[in-house]
Amino acid sequence: MGVIASRLLQSLAVLLTMSFIVYGLMGLMPGDPIDLMIAADPNLSSADAARLKALYGLDKPWTERWGRWLARLLQGELGYSRLYARPVAEAMAPALLNTAILMATSLGLALAVALPLGILAAGRPGSMLDRTVNLLAFASVSVPVFWLGLMLIVVFAVTLGWLPAGGMAAVTGDQGGRLAHMVLPVSALALAGIGQYARHMRAAMLAEAGHDYIRTARAKGCSPSRVLVRHQLRNALLPIVTIVALEVGGLFSGALITETVFAWPGMGRLIYEAVMGNDFNLALSGLLLATAMTLAGSALADLAYWRLDPRIRRQ
Amino acid sequence: MRAGVLILLLLALAALLGPLLLPEPDAMDLAARFAPPSPDHPLGTDELGRDLAARLLQGGRISLAVALATALLATIIGTAIGLVAGYHGGLADAALMRLTDGVMALPLLPLLIVLAAADPAKLGVPADIQGSESFAVARLAAIIACVGWTTVARLVRAATLSVRGRDFVRAAVAMGASPSRIMLRHILPNVASPIVVAATLSVGHIILIESALSFLGLGIRPPLASWGNMLTGAMDAVWSAPQLAVWPGAAIFLTVLGFNLLGDGLQRSLNPRSAST
Repeated sequence: MGVIASRLLQSLAVLLTMSFIVYGLMGLMPGDPIDLMIAADPNLSSADAARLKALYGLDKPWTERWGRWLARLLQGELGYSRLYARPVAEAMAPALLNTAILMATSLGLALAVALPLGILAAGRPGSMLDRTVNLLAFASVSVPVFWLGLMLIVVFAVTLGWLPAGGMAAVTGDQGGRLAHMVLPVSALALAGIGQYARHMRAAMLAEAGHDYIRTARAKGCSPSRVLVRHQLRNALLPIVTIVALEVGGLFSGALITETVFAWPGMGRLIYEAVMGNDFNLALSGLLLATAMTLAGSALADLAYWRLDPRIRRQ
Repeated sequence: MRAGVLILLLLALAALLGPLLLPEPDAMDLAARFAPPSPDHPLGTDELGRDLAARLLQGGRISLAVALATALLATIIGTAIGLVAGYHGGLADAALMRLTDGVMALPLLPLLIVLAAADPAKLGVPADIQGSESFAVARLAAIIACVGWTTVARLVRAATLSVRGRDFVRAAVAMGASPSRIMLRHILPNVASPIVVAATLSVGHIILIESALSFLGLGIRPPLASWGNMLTGAMDAVWSAPQLAVWPGAAIFLTVLGFNLLGDGLQRSLNPRSAST
């Protein structure tokens, strides 16, 4: 329990520091919310501007404003998004769902391809397949995902015309159209992940291959497939679970650029637009949520390890 | 590793020879927008009729300058933090490592977007410097290095811990050498190989980050060319000139691949035990 408590405290400290830093940085962004309001409404006088400034607390130093923001946050109030003209929570909810859909599908697809590939490659180190997997792994950490997405658009949307280039659904809103809109962004994210997961899976399988318990299982007459699945794979999946859990946290914001290329209305794109559009409340909440997701991912990774590996529990 | 070196050498050769053979990268020719490849323009022209090959090389020069400057800066910060944490231990170690963990837990791209969106004018940078190429490079290097030093710090700390108790360090302590002298003259040379590997591998990663920021309009801004912002132009013109998107991305991919292969090769030759995984 002590471990979990200190973990929580540490995460809270990171979140608090992050909010403080981001709050300070927001003030450095080009433009000023009051100026934007004045630009939107030419009838505003300078007295009105001063009154608005006081109303939003913008005449106070930013450290004081941060304190007030924090106090409101603790009461469960995220504030109002200027860009979307609705409360921040209402603006974020659909984006969160959209990112979750994109992430779950692409992660599932990547793992479904990568894990068997890694297992096969580990079965025959040095073979043609093994070298291909290795090359694929290097390619997938070296490719810019937004370019991969752009290339998919060029081939499948522009040249062949098979799939839509962006957005989430056709204007008519039928479900078939929605699936078609998902194909390209999901493929781009999955393609970029396959090589890395396959490489991790291969390394994990090879690390288990030399252990005594494998030899024991063989000696007691287990079939090769049983040794592979029940013994080697079960242990090799441990580090993979950790890697995937870490990745899930990062993916929430990491899909930002893929979402931008494909105009997918998810969290990453929301944060980007909020930062660019000077929407303080939305950007701050979005960034903190992204940080919280990353922290939750790494906590989840530790927890999974602890649950799945009795050796760690006993220590 | 050989493939990595070969790719990087070819790119360097192209960057050196390109300016001699190709037109000016900023010269516009609005009559020849989106021109197909020809003897004058080996890769054709872009949306403003500029020579694509020349812009590609100019962008590459800037992207590489950013990546190398960032890698250097991040490596220096990370090495200093790792050395101090590993050598002094105790409270300094605990504080520095909590800081490292904290920075590693942050969502990288959104944070970089916030940092990059900061207005240089509000930081008091004079307007005439803001548009210069060296300011653009320095600005990005500083931003990316802010979050990019963590891997090196961890590696250096671990290596320092393993070296700290050796006899030659104790001899230096006994002879009365100052902590900074011990760290720089005795420990640093012995932890250099993991630093070199990490720095090489980080160059590729930084190029990807820089291109992503430039693609989003927050990194290198036009009229300066960078592979990332060339792709922004290509995306806007994707329906009329889809061929524009091919080359800048391929250049990023090849360069990053080159650095990753080189880093991996260095790792294998400097630390053969890691070669199995």
